[in-house]
Amino acid sequence: MWNYVVRRLLYTPLIVIGVLLVTFLLFVVVQGDLSTEIAGRSASAETIAEIRAEYGWDKPLFINIEGMKQHGIEALFDSQFVKHFVDTVTFDFGRSRASKQRISELLWDGAGPSLCLTLPMFVGLLSTSLSIALIIAFARGTIWDTILVVICVLGMSLPSLAFILLGQYFLAYKLGWFPIFGYEPGWSGAKFLTLPVLIGIIAGLGSDVRFYRTVMLDEIRADYIRTAYAKGVSTRRVLFVHLLKNALIPVITSVVLAIPFLFLGSLLLERFFGIPGLGYMMIEAIGNRDFKVISAMTFIISVLFVFGNLATDICYALVDPRISLH
Amino acid sequence: MNAITATAADIPETPTRGLWADAWRRVFRNRLALFMSLIVLLYVLVALFVAFGWLANDWDQSVGGSYEPPSTTNMLGTDIFGLSVLRKTLYGTKISMTVALVAALISLAIGVPLGAMAGYFRGIVDEIIVWIYSTLSSIPGLLLVMAFAFVLKDKSLFGQPLRGITVVYLALGLTSWVGICRLIRGEVIKHKQRDYVAAARAYGCPRWRIILLHLIPNVSHLILIDFSLRFVGFIHAEVILSFLGLGVKDEPSWGVMIDDARLELSRDVWWQMAAATAAIFVVSLALNIVSDALRDALDPKLRE
Repeated sequence: MWNYVVRRLLYTPLIVIGVLLVTFLLFVVVQGDLSTEIAGRSASAETIAEIRAEYGWDKPLFINIEGMKQHGIEALFDSQFVKHFVDTVTFDFGRSRASKQRISELLWDGAGPSLCLTLPMFVGLLSTSLSIALIIAFARGTIWDTILVVICVLGMSLPSLAFILLGQYFLAYKLGWFPIFGYEPGWSGAKFLTLPVLIGIIAGLGSDVRFYRTVMLDEIRADYIRTAYAKGVSTRRVLFVHLLKNALIPVITSVVLAIPFLFLGSLLLERFFGIPGLGYMMIEAIGNRDFKVISAMTFIISVLFVFGNLATDICYALVDPRISLH
Repeated sequence: MNAITATAADIPETPTRGLWADAWRRVFRNRLALFMSLIVLLYVLVALFVAFGWLANDWDQSVGGSYEPPSTTNMLGTDIFGLSVLRKTLYGTKISMTVALVAALISLAIGVPLGAMAGYFRGIVDEIIVWIYSTLSSIPGLLLVMAFAFVLKDKSLFGQPLRGITVVYLALGLTSWVGICRLIRGEVIKHKQRDYVAAARAYGCPRWRIILLHLIPNVSHLILIDFSLRFVGFIHAEVILSFLGLGVKDEPSWGVMIDDARLELSRDVWWQMAAATAAIFVVSLALNIVSDALRDALDPKLRE
């Protein structure tokens, strides 16, 4: 088992380096020199040169042979790649083009509102879909099973934008049950968050219930369930003790995989309801062509995801003896 | 090994059907899936008709005043510029189908060969491919697609500027091959141990031929299942990308229509929203059911 854990730990830096390379490739190599775009049409050659120096676009991509000839060996690594690498590893992403704020501070400020939205949504969605899936597992093969599956497929087929638009239109605008737009920190913000949380839960139910139903039905055909029934365990006990415990492994995986999305928030929900979280920032950054913000966000969220994955895999190795063999 | 331990009871008495023949029979027996595939076919036909210019090619001609509600002359009403919502919806079908098809083909074209190579050659090739896809799958999907679309926008490829629909299917295709690559790799590792591969190797079949003509046909049912499942995801992704301003522009797509509808709803103009949503809903529903039926029919684990 320790063999597995150590190997898994050693692989993690490789993945982080991979993510770094992807952001470098996208936002430095493919993105290229934007100095003329940033400077505007009537900019002088000096302004453009200044911008190029500020963003490091005047340097070579990987190694600086010209610089080495002029300034000695340490200038060899004065390149865009080394700058990107050092900046990213030290979490120094520079400043946002639009608001001139430090990007690391922006990310820190955005995480709170995003979590306020996604944490209740996530807990609500998980508990609702698990209970419905358990009910389906209990009623499998009956008409109720069919009806619930049909509802799930119908829900999955509706695009998430439609859920948001229709929910906001009918529940907030037409019926006036909730405020249409806005955000306040603290408990007074709860009235603004109720509707987006509700919409998020309903929009996610279709695919989640269907996934957990498959998990439960896979387990319910297992031998240990038949054994439990055969030795006279009550149905309720079989479902809630034997079945749930074993079905939890895929459930935990999907929970951990969802964690980075908690930080990112639900992009579209934040945009529609004016919640100043990371998703909202991301959409604004796209509009402002603020590539540094997008690059920083991609890196941070991916690193969170990598460590979340690492944590689950190690937990599995500790809990499930079968995994240590691989 | 099975051949040695098999007893008379293991050998079926009646000749069994092949995988594909059995799958056909199952899909045909499933009335609902059959009906839904007809709906998918209808969407494809509409897309083809639009592509050939036989249908909705006059979507940019105004047919009436601004925001006319649905009537007998304009069945789905008009938008702010007096354009027919029906024509826009039909034209959006072409955009949607093209994006989903091209994106799915790109992701297969990358994922299948890489997966087969990783599974067949193992060693350093496998290590590198696994590292690449582990990295890509560590970046949350929507974020990755958005980053790709953002960067690719207005760049040029082979002298052609990338914009609109091209960006959408490139971004989707280049980011979504991980799933099929992982699946094919796993299957090829399993199939490599089988006798038919050993036999092909024994008579000196070159490796590319074994992969292309022996291994890939034997995992093609997985490719089809993956393709059909991914299609719906791509349709929904186009809507989100176009909505975020990273996708289609200057052409009506379902995403652009929903983006327009965001402001129209407060004026009680619901028809554009309803038309685009209904178009997406019906095709997604049909595809969901068809892909389920395909999976049931083709997945050996689910075969009786």
